[in-house]
Amino acid sequence: MAPPSAQISGSNKKAQLGRFAGYVFASVGAVIGALLLIISLWRPDAFYGLRSMATDAASPVGEAGAVTRTGSRSFFEAIAGYYDAGNKNAELERENEIARVRLAEMRALEQENARLKAVLNLRDSEQPPVAIGRLIGSSSASTRRFGYLSAGRNDGVAVGMPVTSPMGLVGRILETGRTTSRVLLLTDPESIVPVRRAVDDVVAFAEGRADGSLRIRLINLGINPLEEGDIFVTSGAGGLFRPGVAVAMVTQITNDGAIGQLLSNPAATDFVVVEPIFEPEAIEAADTPLQIEQPVDGGTPTADSESD
Amino acid sequence: MEQFNPSARRDQFGSKINRDHSPVLAYGIPWVMILLASLSPLLPIIAPLPILPPLGYLFLLAWRVLRPGLLPMWAGLPLGFFDDLFSGQPLGSGILLFSLTMIALDLIEVRFPWRGFWQDWGIAAIFVTLYLFLATLFSGSGLPLVQYPIILPQLALAVLLFPVVAQLVALLDRMRLTRVRKIG
Repeated sequence: MAPPSAQISGSNKKAQLGRFAGYVFASVGAVIGALLLIISLWRPDAFYGLRSMATDAASPVGEAGAVTRTGSRSFFEAIAGYYDAGNKNAELERENEIARVRLAEMRALEQENARLKAVLNLRDSEQPPVAIGRLIGSSSASTRRFGYLSAGRNDGVAVGMPVTSPMGLVGRILETGRTTSRVLLLTDPESIVPVRRAVDDVVAFAEGRADGSLRIRLINLGINPLEEGDIFVTSGAGGLFRPGVAVAMVTQITNDGAIGQLLSNPAATDFVVVEPIFEPEAIEAADTPLQIEQPVDGGTPTADSESD
Repeated sequence: MEQFNPSARRDQFGSKINRDHSPVLAYGIPWVMILLASLSPLLPIIAPLPILPPLGYLFLLAWRVLRPGLLPMWAGLPLGFFDDLFSGQPLGSGILLFSLTMIALDLIEVRFPWRGFWQDWGIAAIFVTLYLFLATLFSGSGLPLVQYPIILPQLALAVLLFPVVAQLVALLDRMRLTRVRKIG
């Protein structure tokens, strides 16, 4: 197929100019894009408002999709009732899976309780959820792992709040719009969650790997005590996530820890719960800059101020 | 009385009498289709890893390859901007890559004016590969190079999907020129 003749400028001065202008406009577009890219890589929160506004505007599409997903599922379930056996089996298996996670969580809670009883004057960690919403979409074409949640500022959602499902931790709120918000899923490479093994006190960090699994990096290096099938729960360190929420199950042992499979696959959840930040005071304290003694005379700065 | 050929008053775009193309349809459909495809992250697919092909970009490629000259050269700026709002990429990555694609495709077209199905597919495959690689590089995720193979399933899906997208675009292209506007 040959290109249409309008594309060939030949000796037509006007057409030549038009082509030239086209190249100029496209190059200007590319330069603008490059500048914006540099700005948004340098300051990742620079355009949050713009994006959450756009998601707010387009969220009815996503909501309709999510509702259809749930609705059509029950419709198909009604049909699948005729082919019950295999289905029931899958259902039971899933329930069993939840039960296993719950059991691990309970063990963690038990241990947590024992520890809390030992240390007096600790406040109760049970808090009512902030909001309940649906995951209406995810950045399924990008390497970043964001989810879009159908609850926003109007529902009381704020940046940093943990998002959980009945199966465990899903992620945390990254930016909020009026009626939607963006969730940093656990598998995003930027996501780091402090965790501990459910049965004892082996502490580690769970980092996202962008491919659906988590890298569990032990804090105390040495002999690797992990085994396949170990379940990790949040440790509560850092003050963002409340302790004892299931995160991952170890599937593969590595030198400095393990590769874990996500327990709460966000694809399998209908509703997720936004929880309040576990220890807001701790987060605030971490955000305020330390007051460091400044050198009085303009001499060499002390080691303290340098190490900040 | 002279007998007209009955098919002389019609062609594949409908009746030629009293009807004309609608400029809104003729120029709007490519834009609307690309914008709709850019909304694909709002599909109820919660993927634990990047699996969905970059539909917005695929549609841009298909329109540009099948109907050169229909989208203006600067189309990369607004379309890329819209794509960035939803794709999860940092703002600017789509604008840059879409604009560069428009320029590069134009240069390729000057070099190889005669094209066919295989050449179009090959060009699209090369462009999608570069796009996904650069988009991962620009994503700000700090992914180490050894982990880049996680884009391979997505890449394979995108390359295989391109002929389908191109067929869809060809279908819409016929719809684009339907004579719907009444004259007089």
